[in-house]
Amino acid sequence: MSETKVQAPDGVPFIDVSREFDAPRDLVFRAFTDPDLLVQWLGPQKYEMVIDTYDVRAGGSWRYVHRDDAGNEFGFHGVFHGEPSPDGFVQTFEFEGAPGHVALDRLTLTEAGGRTTVHTHSVYQSIEARNAMVENGMTEGMNEGFNRLDALLGRLVPVA
Amino acid sequence: MQPTNLDAVFGALADPTRRAILARLTAGDRTVAEIAAPFAMSQPAISRHLKVLEGAGLITRSRRATARLSHLEAAPLRDATEWLAKYQAWWDESHGRLDALLARLQADPDPTPDPSGSRPTE
Repeated sequence: MSETKVQAPDGVPFIDVSREFDAPRDLVFRAFTDPDLLVQWLGPQKYEMVIDTYDVRAGGSWRYVHRDDAGNEFGFHGVFHGEPSPDGFVQTFEFEGAPGHVALDRLTLTEAGGRTTVHTHSVYQSIEARNAMVENGMTEGMNEGFNRLDALLGRLVPVA
Repeated sequence: MQPTNLDAVFGALADPTRRAILARLTAGDRTVAEIAAPFAMSQPAISRHLKVLEGAGLITRSRRATARLSHLEAAPLRDATEWLAKYQAWWDESHGRLDALLARLQADPDPTPDPSGSRPTE
């Protein structure tokens, strides 16, 4: 069984995720870019995943929302850069709960023997923003995480 | 308890001598001389490493008579591994669902869309 590998190296604002799938590259690319397929796997099962727009082309916008059963919504959006293809694609990524902290994601897909490895390289604007996303952006109790993020960001505001 | 400074923890763990010092302290509190004994390194050099570990909250230090004892603190190490584990768990869950979707698509290339695909489940 494949294992998701996540690295958040010290001293650089990157997150690297890689995972191998038992499927050819074209199919994996479809799963990442066709909204009817994306909605069936992306995000925790306990959230409803609603796709607002997903325009996979150079300059196209994307946005989706995770909704919990209390009606809280967590929105994510960005833009595609360059022409997406099964070789890979580049997109910006912004969590609406932390506006302005835009990350740049590059996904590459490599096929060997009918299996496809997807590697995502995410670049954040600072190490603090990277750590905050990892620590707070993807876990339960996101609201609680926002307060900690506010406190963290408060330390980053330059003093005149 | 101070919140964990993840950058300081990862910076402290980035050095193999400091990792070895932490491993030694799992056996119990030790003086600087006791920690330095297995290393081909002077006590002042070991003390510098201990300062970094203390700054990251990975050890606390106290006095016993004339000796300074170092004590391994479990919480920062646990915090450092936990935050990455949560992120990985988030992606693990989605990737598991993608595995299942890819298997379904390869078995039946033109399935009717799963109407419950985006509904929350427990």
